[in-house]
Amino acid sequence: MCGIIGVIDRRRQLMDGTKIKEALASMNERGSGEGAGYVAYGIYPEYKEYYALHVFFDHIREHKVPLEDLLEKWGTIVHDEQIKTCEQPNLRKVHTPWRYFFRPDPTLMPKSTTPEEDIITHLVMKVNSERNGALIFSSGKNLGVFKAAGWPEDVANFYRIQDYKGYLWLAHNRYPTNTAGWWGGAHPFNLLDWSVVHNGEITSYGTNRRYIESFGYKCTMYTDTEVVAYLVDLLVRKHGLSEKIAVRAFAPPFWEDIDRMPAKEQELNRAIRLTYGSAMMNGPFAICIANENTLVGFTDRIKLRPLVVGESGDRLFISSEEAAIRRVDKDVGNIFMPKAGEPVIGRLYA
Amino acid sequence: MGAVHINAKDIHYTQLNEQIRTIVARGGKEIILDNILGQRFIGDGLRGDDVTITINGVPGGDLAMFMSGPTIIVHGNADHAPGNTMDKGAVIIHGSAGDAVAHSMRGGRIYVRDNIGYRGGIHMKQYKGKRPILVVGGSAQAFLGEYMAGGLLIVLGLNDAAPVSERGVGSGIHGGEIIVRGEVEERYLGTGAKQEPLTSEQRAEILPVIEDFARVFTIDKEPLLAADYSRITAAHARPFANKYTWE
Amino acid sequence: MSIGSTPLKFRVTIDPERCMNCGRCVENCSYGVFRKEGDSIRINSRNCAACHRCIAFCPRDAIEIEEQPGDYRSHPVWTREVREAIFNQARTGRIILSGMGNAKPYPIIFDQLVLDACQVTNPSIDPLREPMELRTYLGKKPASLSLRPLPDGEVELRTKLTPNLQIETPIMIGHMSYGAISLNAQTALAKAVSRIGTFMGTGEGGLHESLYPYQDHMIVQVASGRFGVDINYLERGAAIEIKIGQGAKPGIGGHLPGDKVCTDISCTRMIPEGSDAISPAPHHDIYSIEDLKQLVRSLKEATEWKKPVFVKIAAVHNSAAIAAGIARSGADAVVVDGFRGGSGATPRVFRDHVGIPVEAAVASVDAKLRDQGIRNEVSIIASGGIRESADVAKIICLGADAVYIGTSALVAMGCRVCGTCYKGTCAWGIATQKPELVQRLDPETNAVQVENLIHGWTLELAELMGAAGINSIESLRGNRDRLRGYMLDEGLLEVLDVKTVGA
Repeated sequence: MCGIIGVIDRRRQLMDGTKIKEALASMNERGSGEGAGYVAYGIYPEYKEYYALHVFFDHIREHKVPLEDLLEKWGTIVHDEQIKTCEQPNLRKVHTPWRYFFRPDPTLMPKSTTPEEDIITHLVMKVNSERNGALIFSSGKNLGVFKAAGWPEDVANFYRIQDYKGYLWLAHNRYPTNTAGWWGGAHPFNLLDWSVVHNGEITSYGTNRRYIESFGYKCTMYTDTEVVAYLVDLLVRKHGLSEKIAVRAFAPPFWEDIDRMPAKEQELNRAIRLTYGSAMMNGPFAICIANENTLVGFTDRIKLRPLVVGESGDRLFISSEEAAIRRVDKDVGNIFMPKAGEPVIGRLYA
Repeated sequence: MGAVHINAKDIHYTQLNEQIRTIVARGGKEIILDNILGQRFIGDGLRGDDVTITINGVPGGDLAMFMSGPTIIVHGNADHAPGNTMDKGAVIIHGSAGDAVAHSMRGGRIYVRDNIGYRGGIHMKQYKGKRPILVVGGSAQAFLGEYMAGGLLIVLGLNDAAPVSERGVGSGIHGGEIIVRGEVEERYLGTGAKQEPLTSEQRAEILPVIEDFARVFTIDKEPLLAADYSRITAAHARPFANKYTWE
Repeated sequence: MSIGSTPLKFRVTIDPERCMNCGRCVENCSYGVFRKEGDSIRINSRNCAACHRCIAFCPRDAIEIEEQPGDYRSHPVWTREVREAIFNQARTGRIILSGMGNAKPYPIIFDQLVLDACQVTNPSIDPLREPMELRTYLGKKPASLSLRPLPDGEVELRTKLTPNLQIETPIMIGHMSYGAISLNAQTALAKAVSRIGTFMGTGEGGLHESLYPYQDHMIVQVASGRFGVDINYLERGAAIEIKIGQGAKPGIGGHLPGDKVCTDISCTRMIPEGSDAISPAPHHDIYSIEDLKQLVRSLKEATEWKKPVFVKIAAVHNSAAIAAGIARSGADAVVVDGFRGGSGATPRVFRDHVGIPVEAAVASVDAKLRDQGIRNEVSIIASGGIRESADVAKIICLGADAVYIGTSALVAMGCRVCGTCYKGTCAWGIATQKPELVQRLDPETNAVQVENLIHGWTLELAELMGAAGINSIESLRGNRDRLRGYMLDEGLLEVLDVKTVGA
């Protein structure tokens, strides 16, 4: 059991983190105080050309230099600084969060068609699997993940989340089952432009992990959610599928429904299931995924987890509970619950 | 429909076979393939008793595999295993062929004007009146007629070549017969094979085949009809019966 | 007479109190154990194979069969089997043939793997109420899809899918040829698979005419002997399987003794009556991996690329690399046959000592294909020693797409696993061609039994999946996280990529 909330302003108007914190904290009954996190898009306009790498260091002197050596082998650190934090009585600061604005050198990955992304992915996989006192938990452009082990308010206050202004937010209130109290295990999970929050447990994790690892991704966080971020990266970025089709692959229609579809549609859906059977996710889940211009929410095929959608002007909200949405905007309209497996997609206006 | 020509230069075998099938389906009886060079599987699984395909060039492996009916005439050499598991029809090769010619062949005829490689006629089969025939004008290499379960395999040793002077002739043969002009040195006979001179009835049975071979390739038949032949067959119908005991 | 008689394998006794002298045992025993002398029934225990036909048909439960009534002096090294094999070979100087699968007491990996179930953090799914998908497609799948967006917001599929076999349960029946088993046995299996929506293999003995009505559920085999293989046969099959090897006898061919090649078998295999049907060890048109590709393609070419082509190999040390080669040959599925696979007749030394268990083979094949990014190129079919639905679930978790069962299906038709198939006098009418024995096996009744078995396993599989919170078999496949090893050594845990219980 966890609580999630996501919001996108389709006109790119910025929202600071105050209301998101309140909304997330309103779902404290769904959490256990062992993990909370936020991601905001649009927060680093002055560095938007560069990959913003957020890193947890175990020991600032021992582990920082080796990481920087590695980064400099693959590109240029344009700017770096400690992420501003404010000590909280109920939150033990076990890591030092740091941010780098980084420009990868595309000539260093000549075989790739997307060298910059592939360098970043490589660095994230390498650093996180080696576990050498550094963990890259956020790696997109003009966005940042802020997470820790603690209650939503404490985590938000620790990072001074009210100081960040984004047009798209995801937040997560964690009740851990797999890895308790670990900062790296808190949501959102991020890779490049993709961020994921998740409520539930993916029973197909072993299958998904084996599948995604055969494409060079490494699952290093001991939790099922990170696999979603990598699956999205693979299907959408690398294979070029739309978010809608990707969600179809993750939570496809049942065969009995496919068998009743008109021929063309049947062929398409059969092809999706045959090709991406190992990417299909099973078990109870409600998931919100975001990238720089899209917010997507969906549940498992038999709707074992709640998901509520609301709209208010340019804003689209997705959350575990309607009450959380109303904390942000009490007058939100068009509240509805999407069907099992069907994605709700909010996109920036073109 | 008259003869249909296909310029096969650089055409993939799948496309080529599709074209052949289409022509046969439309009633075409004579197909001429020009510029064949290395395309495998020509005539694979093709039916049509009165269809003739002429190949100008060098076809790739498994020519006429599973073929059931047509005649294929090759003006050139053939590669690996022409007539593999072929069922019916004929393959006439104006040249030589590679290893495993007529592998598991079940029916029809294969005539090779010149030489064949290793394991010719391996595992040829036979069922009732359906008897595959492989005739080789020149010589054959080792392991000729291994595991033969049926059929007729003739090696003529023309052009002064010994029909076969390598080991393993008829290893494990348990049906059918291998006929060679002259005889095979005993030391080249494989396990379970025995060699005997032809009886006059056996001779009478094979001479029409040799005559036909000579006609097809316009070879002088007289010296062939007058020559001596030996016949290699199974020493037992169950060559391995003495190898095993029950638990 | 220097060796003399060895102790009885079985002692058969009839309780005179219970026996009513009906003579059913005399009629039913095909091994000549019982004979009627006047009013009494005489017993020759030495002929007994423990096929239990007499027990099954005795109306009064009067018969008892005791195994190894008198044994040798016990010795952990010089077992009874070892001593008797030596006696046998000292007498004959020959290779010992045996029946059924591996009979050595190697540990069974399946029995040291346990499955997972949900508690609290995720819900079990109840297959009674909620959809449970076991449908499986066997064959090549694209690595990714190419879609073209249409103006109406929909998309058009541009990737062309190659033919796959659709099965409604991941359980199929493996290749047991007409020759190894009777036509009635094959007919029963064919009826069962047709009704269930799954497939069976023909084995290498061709496809008998009377099975044509079930051809859409038959996978036709092409083995090194090429028996019964012609274009008609290839076109009738729903898929084609190239048999490279068999788990019960990796690396060697086989042969059906001439005395089993009766008129009908001679016709189906297209070989002369009474002659041995010999399958050489290799295919003589395959001496290297590129030759396999050539055979795969020749079969596809012959059938105009409409049929999936499978390749079956025995599970051996290097299966993973071999399977990766097969995946690149254009084949649509690789069948991995473990060393517990059955056989009508196989040299004992091969049955018991060559090859590896299917569990380890499938785990390493799946891992290798994933490492090389070619897992979608082929489906993996596991066979050899699948005894119950739990084995099916476990092997799917290890990475298989589906299984073939063989012995289990025969047991469903009455086989008692007596292991004397090679004698050709199977009292149950399964592994025999003697008409009077074959007619004992009623295809219809036995079809129902085989159907029941697969149905029962399928229900159990659905329950196991539901308990694991999984409603589609894709999510079980390769899901090694849902397995734990119990008392497996570290090396094997690593090969299986499974954690130990408690971890």
